[in-house]
Amino acid sequence: MIETAWIWGLIGGLMIGTAAAMFLLLNGRIMGASGILGGLVDGSGRSTGVERVAFIIGLVLVPALLAALMGGAETNITSNPVVIIAAGLLVGVGTRLANGCTSGHGVCGISRLSLRGIVATVFYLLAGGLMMALFRHVFGVI
Amino acid sequence: MQRNIFAFLSGALFGAGLLISGMVDTTKVQGWLDVFGDWDPTLAFVLGGAILPMAVAWRIAARRRTALLGTTMPEAPTTQIGPNLIIGSVLFGMGWGLAGLCPGPAMASLSFGGWGGLLFLAAMAAGMYIAPPLRQQIDRRIAQA
Repeated sequence: MIETAWIWGLIGGLMIGTAAAMFLLLNGRIMGASGILGGLVDGSGRSTGVERVAFIIGLVLVPALLAALMGGAETNITSNPVVIIAAGLLVGVGTRLANGCTSGHGVCGISRLSLRGIVATVFYLLAGGLMMALFRHVFGVI
Repeated sequence: MQRNIFAFLSGALFGAGLLISGMVDTTKVQGWLDVFGDWDPTLAFVLGGAILPMAVAWRIAARRRTALLGTTMPEAPTTQIGPNLIIGSVLFGMGWGLAGLCPGPAMASLSFGGWGGLLFLAAMAAGMYIAPPLRQQIDRRIAQA
């Protein structure tokens, strides 16, 4: 399983990119998960609300069906509620301040050589790596 | 209506890709970020695989004014690198590293993520809710400086 993980990564990645390509060429929208949800949460995307909800229903429903067929899927999320709440708040605030996350800045930004997307990706990768180094190897919390 | 159907299908394919690539598994994401530990390169293949079709799509989009279902294409990317982009990306990366979840996989794993996944989603939504006033504050500070 470990040896084939990269193949599944590549196949899944191609699917993610194809989904983003579809959303751009058919709907004229950039497929950014934080933007699609965030626009619903803060009300800024009310005019495209149904489209956003439809996207999210697909995003939740199909993994649910596939996971059920595969006999479950593991997220291995930490059981420490403090870490979960802190992480969730940081991801929510950060992605909306930066106007994008891994899908928006990472997939959609880098693929059009957007300077903002590339800079954002460099900073969230560095910040993520630093948190791992600190909280796993120094503090041993995660 | 068509637009909503294709939004659903895009979300569906995105979700399937996240599941199949293993990106809903927080150990894989944290494994990629853990350069000092047992490093897992899977995420690079996922990102690389996702960028390929999207790079082609942007080339097609550049030749069109409207999308196939009638809406206007997104504007050309701005090149402005402001404090919001940097501060936001750093905060996002910190949360991403702590839990190994970003917004897409957090939503995709709603059905099998258990209480931890639900708690993360709730906290993330709360963060998204408080972000706009925070952004205004940052903008105001910059305007004053």
